[in-house]
Formats: sequence, structure tokens, C-alpha cells
Amino acid sequence: MTKTAKTASQLQLNEQGELTHLLTLEGLSKEHILHILDTAKQFVAVSESDREVKKVPLLRGKNVFNLFFENSTRTRTTFEIAAKRLSADVINLDIQTSSTAKGETLLDTIDNLVAMQADIFVVRHKTTGAAVEVAAHLPSHVHVINAGDGTNQHPTQGLLDMYTMRHFKQDFTKIKVAIIGDIVHSRVAKSNIHALTTLGCPEIRAIGPESLLPKDLNMMGVKIYNNIEEGLKGVDVVMTLRIQKERMEAGQVPEGDEFFKQWGLTPERLKLAKPDAIVMHPGPMNRGVEIDSEVADGPQAVILKQVTFGIAVRMAVMSIVAGN
Amino acid sequence: MASLPLAEDLYQVLLKQLQTLKASQATPFELAGLASGGAWVAERLAKDLNLPAYGVINVSFHRDDYADKGVKAFNSAEGMATKLPFDVEGTHIILVDDVLDTGRTVRAALNELFDYGRPAKVDLAVLADRHRRQLPVDATFKGAKVNVADDQILVLDQADDGKFMFITEAK
Repeated sequence: MTKTAKTASQLQLNEQGELTHLLTLEGLSKEHILHILDTAKQFVAVSESDREVKKVPLLRGKNVFNLFFENSTRTRTTFEIAAKRLSADVINLDIQTSSTAKGETLLDTIDNLVAMQADIFVVRHKTTGAAVEVAAHLPSHVHVINAGDGTNQHPTQGLLDMYTMRHFKQDFTKIKVAIIGDIVHSRVAKSNIHALTTLGCPEIRAIGPESLLPKDLNMMGVKIYNNIEEGLKGVDVVMTLRIQKERMEAGQVPEGDEFFKQWGLTPERLKLAKPDAIVMHPGPMNRGVEIDSEVADGPQAVILKQVTFGIAVRMAVMSIVAGN
Repeated sequence: MASLPLAEDLYQVLLKQLQTLKASQATPFELAGLASGGAWVAERLAKDLNLPAYGVINVSFHRDDYADKGVKAFNSAEGMATKLPFDVEGTHIILVDDVLDTGRTVRAALNELFDYGRPAKVDLAVLADRHRRQLPVDATFKGAKVNVADDQILVLDQADDGKFMFITEAK
């Protein structure tokens, strides 16, 4: 994994050190991350209501291919909206009925799409390193954005989470962040941990049963809590995660009710965090499993703001890589 | 090369022209300054003309050099987003900028403005005109034509007391 990640962080920069793909947040510098967040802030205005034309011409005439080999609603849709607000043409490939299903390899599919004048690929795949493999294969004028590779990375989600935290808490060096639940299978958690560390967050906590926490968390500087009440005390940001049953063996974790009893984010537990703590969730959310409805719909939840900010962040990433 | 024009003198010339317009024209107009230098000028003009508000236009999204420079081209006016605190539809709008040069920024500003509605009329007011046009654009109101060496950029600066001055920077 480290080998792939190292290649990924080098591969996403061009010879001038500019971002030409977005593959991973591991090893991405603070300057690059802040540049993306600052650029995203400008794009938030494009969606505002007093602007009659909610579209800007930066990617006019460019083709963005959404290649989702795994299911997605939020990510695929917000990438599509982001590309359309930049005036790009968006092509969504239906993988289930595509040539890949007929046995064509990923790279052969890519070659064919490059022959159709693709400019940007947005790639989600169940295999770690899939987006890296695509990026390494492409001519330099074509760009790749990793929209999630297996349990490895989901950089745009990590960035929109950083945008959300910055929006509500301003200074990363003054916040404590708790991530609860299925961290071992979560590319979102990994991208968040990498970005938070780079941005100088002094305290990242991982809360959950041992079977759902990766072994190398200590090495990443994350504090481990096997008790949710202890872990939530005094934090500024609480992030809950879905249990990714599709990536685990039967019996690895307690089922719905049982999990909720021990690890669910309830109003009572949330009271242990700072009174102005925000509650985040990357979606899809399972009410009554990792989060209580009262919390999900409560005043501290910023879950739908994350979705909205996600559009501006994806606009920023696309316009940055396409311009380099 | 001639010495730099005094920005304060040019400002007074421009202000007089707009005071005359305000006195002679029955329908009101709105000011929209181009970020960031033009927005400073619009702010002062709005105050001196007793206008209740002024707008800001950020041309970043409509620049024509994105293909060459990427988003690097548009971070100079970072933090000053387009804000038009009046109805653009059917309004007489005066775009305000510090320096008119090739006309490309004004073209981008017109595109940005029209994303907010269809104005009744658009004029352009500038402190200094470098008259090196690359597009069919001209200013209705201007402080003066100025001569600056081709390899120099003319930049407006504002002192703490609000007074303007021009400085040149190497390209």
C-alpha cells in the first residue's frame, strides 16, 4: 500500500509541481490543499441564488467522463453537477452494460475513451490504486480524479470535509476531531486523517471496536478509543461512518441494533462533545445504526452542507487539474 | 518616459464627470467596480456621489487566459467575489476600473455582469487609459490617457487614508 501511495502522490504532480491529477491526499502538501479550498470558496458563489446563470465557461468544450465501477449517488451526481457548472460536457458510462462487462480491460476502455477526446476521467473502482493505474497510462493532457479506490482513498470527499470544517471552525490547529465507526474499510476516514494531519490538526481520535480500526492508526498519530463516551469528550468535530458490510466477512461486527447500542451517535453522547461541535457524515447514512435520527436532523448536523460544499470543491479540483 | 499620472487628480476628474451625469440624468445609475482596484474606486465614488451601495465584479470565471494559465490567472482578486447589491435587470450600470488597457478584462466583466441579468445600459469609467486596445472597447468616462512603458504594469495602490496612487511593476 505504501508503495502505491508514494507513486500516487508523485504521479499527481507535473514537472512544475502543479496538481495535474488528484489521486490521494497522502503526501499532498498543505499549500496544494489550501489552494483547492480557497479556489472552492470562489466557486461557492456560482451556485448562489442572485446569480441568474449558475454556470461559468472555464471547461467549455472539454469532455468529462464519469467512470464509476462501484455504485455511487452523491459523488457521481455532484461531480456531474460540478462539471456542468463549469460548462463541460459530461458523459456517464453505464459500467454494468459496458464493454468492461464483456471482458474489456480497464486500460483498453480508457484508450477508447481517450480516442473520443476525453479531457478528464473521474474514476471510482473497488480496487486500490485503480485511479493511479489509469493516470500512469494516460497522455499528459488528460487528467484523472480519484472518486474512491477500494478502501484506500477518496480525496475529493476528504477535501470537502476539510472545506466544511474550515467553514465552521476556521482554524485546523485548534480543533479536536473524532471519527467513529468503520474506519478500517473507510477511504473517507483515511483521506480525512491524511489531510487533517497535513493541515496541523493537533488531535484526531478514532472511536470504534477493534475489528473496525486499522492496525496502523497509531503510526498515523491517531488516538484510539474503544469507548465512545471517552472519545467524544471535548471534541469540536464528530464524524460518523457507515458500516461497509459489502467489504467485510460475516460476524466481523455486531449487527444494527447491537452496534447502535455500543457505537451509535445519540443526543446524550453528543452532549459530551463541545456544545458547538458539528456532526458530519459522508453518506450514505444508516439511521439507527451509526447515528440517531435526532442527531442527523439536529441543529449540530452539517451533513447536507457537506453535500453542497462538495460541488464547489469538485469544481475547484476539476478546474485546477484541467488548467495544469 | 513621462512620469506617472497622479491618481488623485485623475480621480477628481472622473468624479466631476459622474457628478455631472448624476445631476443631468433623471434615471439613477449603479456602480460596479472590477476587483480589486476598480472596486476601491467604486467604493470612493459611491461615497462621494451619495449612492447607497456599489457592486463588485470579479472577472475570474470569464478570463480568456484560463487555457494558458489555469486558475493561477484568477487568484489575484481572491476574496473579492462578485456582489451586486441591486437588481441588474433593466438598470443603468457603470463599470468602474482603475486602468483600461487591452479591453480584455472589460469583456470578461460584461460576461460576468450579464450572468446576473440584462442591464438597460452599461458604461465604463476608468481612472487611466493605456490605449493599447485589443478589443473594440472604450470608456465613456476617463481620468486621462497615460503612457507607460510596454514592459510595465500600471497598478493602483490605496494609502491608509484612502488616497490613491499609481505604481508601476515589471511585467
